Amino acid sequence: MTDQLLDIEDLHVSFSTRRGTVEAVRGVTLTVAKGEMLGLVGESGSGKSVTGFATTRLLDAAGRVTGGKIMFRGQDVTKLRGDDLRQLQGAAMSMIFQNPRAALNPIRAIGLQIADAILTHKKISKDAARAEALELLRAVQIRDPETRMNAYPHELSGGMCQRVMIAIAISCNPSLLIADEPTTGLDVTTQKVVMDLLADIAAARGMATILITHDLGLAARYCRRIAVMERGRIVEEADPKTLFSAPQHAYTKRLVAASPTATSRIEDLVTEEEREGYAAVLGKPRHEPAYGTPPLLEVRQLAKRFDEGSAAVADFSMTMAGGESVGLVGESGSGKSTTSRMICRLIDPSEGDIVFDGQSIGHIASRDFHKSPLRKDIQMVFQDPNESLNPRFTAYDCIAHPLLRLDGMRAGDALRKRVEECAERVGLPLDLLSRFPHQLSGGQKARVGIARAIACRPRLLVLDEPTAALDVSVQAVVLQLLDRLRRENDIALLFVSHDLNVVRMLCDRTIVLRNGGIVEQGESRALFDNPKTDYTRKLVEAIPHIDTGKLLAAAV
Amino acid sequence: MKTGLGATLLRAGRRLLSSLPALFGVLVFTFLLMRVLPGDPAVFFASGPNAGKEEIEQIRKQMGLNKSVPEQLVFYLSDIGHGNLGRSMMTGQPVLKDLRERLPASLELTFTALLIALIAAVPLGVVAALRPGSLVDHGVRLFCALGVCVPTFVSGLLLIYVFYYLLGLAPDPTGRIDVFTSLPPQRTGFLSIDFLLAGDLEGWWAAFRQLILPAVSMALFVIAPLARITRASMLVSLGSDFVRTARSVGLSWRKVVVTYALRNAILPVITIAGIVFSTMLGANVLVEKVFSWPGVASYALDALLSSDYAPVQGFVLLMASLFVLVNLVVDVCYGIADPRVSIE
Repeated sequence: MTDQLLDIEDLHVSFSTRRGTVEAVRGVTLTVAKGEMLGLVGESGSGKSVTGFATTRLLDAAGRVTGGKIMFRGQDVTKLRGDDLRQLQGAAMSMIFQNPRAALNPIRAIGLQIADAILTHKKISKDAARAEALELLRAVQIRDPETRMNAYPHELSGGMCQRVMIAIAISCNPSLLIADEPTTGLDVTTQKVVMDLLADIAAARGMATILITHDLGLAARYCRRIAVMERGRIVEEADPKTLFSAPQHAYTKRLVAASPTATSRIEDLVTEEEREGYAAVLGKPRHEPAYGTPPLLEVRQLAKRFDEGSAAVADFSMTMAGGESVGLVGESGSGKSTTSRMICRLIDPSEGDIVFDGQSIGHIASRDFHKSPLRKDIQMVFQDPNESLNPRFTAYDCIAHPLLRLDGMRAGDALRKRVEECAERVGLPLDLLSRFPHQLSGGQKARVGIARAIACRPRLLVLDEPTAALDVSVQAVVLQLLDRLRRENDIALLFVSHDLNVVRMLCDRTIVLRNGGIVEQGESRALFDNPKTDYTRKLVEAIPHIDTGKLLAAAV
Repeated sequence: MKTGLGATLLRAGRRLLSSLPALFGVLVFTFLLMRVLPGDPAVFFASGPNAGKEEIEQIRKQMGLNKSVPEQLVFYLSDIGHGNLGRSMMTGQPVLKDLRERLPASLELTFTALLIALIAAVPLGVVAALRPGSLVDHGVRLFCALGVCVPTFVSGLLLIYVFYYLLGLAPDPTGRIDVFTSLPPQRTGFLSIDFLLAGDLEGWWAAFRQLILPAVSMALFVIAPLARITRASMLVSLGSDFVRTARSVGLSWRKVVVTYALRNAILPVITIAGIVFSTMLGANVLVEKVFSWPGVASYALDALLSSDYAPVQGFVLLMASLFVLVNLVVDVCYGIADPRVSIE
């Protein structure tokens, strides 16, 4: 066909690593028409980013195209050298990246960085390039562009940095833009704004776009056609509606099922075999606390002020019963992490009190709280499973550590039994216990983190975005695990997250935070179905929805 | 937020104030250390080996050594407060005057050595980082290893042997300038600059020829840390996301390597250069001895060997102050080079 802009044929890419050659892409065939927006969806390690990097010739030194062709406007990109290649990069195709702040030069003013890109491909004066850069900043809707020209990346928010990145990418009017996870790590509301902007610009300039993402919902919202990748191959390609209503490939089915939607329940997310055992738990009636039982946690007028500036959290009050799950949602900077850390007693509140099981713990200094007998009752699961495990501790040591420190256990058979018990609870195979974090997958690390937190049998578990760094299929399993722990062991969950779909499934009640204050709270489903404040409505509307719930149920 | 430079200067001022207690600590510590070290200056400065007890006692009294240590400390501190560093028993001159005469020689040598080291080390590090694991990389590593293993006095002697004795290219290693050259009017104290200011090119060439060998032998020793840190931070820089961005829009190789990668990679090199400079200033005593360079370090060593308290104490105080000053300069440079530093 003549209107194909990009035509990838049987692409193979392999990386030479210390353990030999790894095939990251094995036979990808893909076409992109002029002006089209194609979604390339897959989980981590599926080879979607590598395909993008191979197309723009940005593979790092270890990666090599070992087979296939990438035809772009009739030229094979894989064979270009030197100047021909530089003519292509930026001018004909460009790329935007996942972490916008890291993708910009930290010590060069953003105006200069945009001008650099322009000057590379156009023979114009520096002043003219500056003027064009200013125009581009306007085009990506940066407020006050004249002053922002001289700003450095660290002075801008993540969303702003991504706009600057878009400005650089479109500076020479390329005909193909590859966006690699452009909004991962941004707030849902920012994500919507940035994606809308990207879609508008692409449409206005007739630019073809490949949107690489792990988020099926996002791809469905913006793309006419979606290609699903698994382990280096494209397993299915269809328009979003067909993909969601009648997924053909087993992997697509799993992926579609695991993506949380407005109506999905936790038990829907996983496949039959993973669901085993969980169904039995669901069947059992909830253990209702006797009437008049005091709440497990009571927070009164909590406030936190950091050294300078306004309060990070102000006048925050809530109560939680044993075994209850409460979601804490809000944009970044809304104070949700600060609040959760105060409740965990990792940082000290400036004002207010925290009462746990009838005892006031708000006044105990956070540095002394580890001595309190209540320490083992309140445990935490952190966001990044990679960063929150000691790299020199094996999985066994990680789980045993709180038992040694807080439960006063000694090394021996009793400890080994307890650790193995915990590992079994979270579904971590026992033969993985002797491994170090870098030898475990993301999901396995998340399980170690949870096992460590439940080792001392806490009554309150505070989870700070525990699934944000995980693939959806892993997230589904972890969510199910958490819900099961809550139901079986009566652990109360305080769940901090920006993913409203997840909160809606997991939490009985939800508290919406903004600028450190509570905007709205109530029963989760009611709150999301019928938001009372504009802010909550904006949050809910920003989530990419997949409105094919019913069709899907029929298909599976 | 203030403008970058203003904020940087403000921070520098605050740093200067906060380093005063440390300087005071250095002062007291050196004073006590000198008193604890074995050796009695009075015996050393007495008229001869057969000086009588009374004579030594008298010298002790004259030097104030018969008083208690705390009393001596108070006198010493009040002298310092008046800008009096005491008098050297060796030279018979005030220590301040001695130091002022010798410091420019040391500084000129150290600055030149650092400059040579940087000019050699940064390109070496960059070249090594551009092709990690290649022959060039290994060559740079070998060169650096050699530079570090060979002590400066050995490399200094080797250089003298080759360039003075064998090739006859260098002048005899006897100080800053040979005795027959007429000195330029003193302005900066740096001979090479003073000659230039006086327009005396012949004199400048003579001073430069004297300077180059000791400077190179000092530079050889510090090329290794500078080149290694340049290589390491250049590797990080080249692998970073923003270099990938620069490549993705097709910037020229030069622009990617110099403007994007190197400018970021140079930041840690600035810090290391500051540390290296301070170390060189104190550690160049060996080179000064080998080349008979009339610097402060060899002066302090002579004083130490003859239990001459005042010059040693003055030297340590000078070094400590210079250290603070160098750190300040590094701080200011860093603030200018990296816009992220100025916000606190």
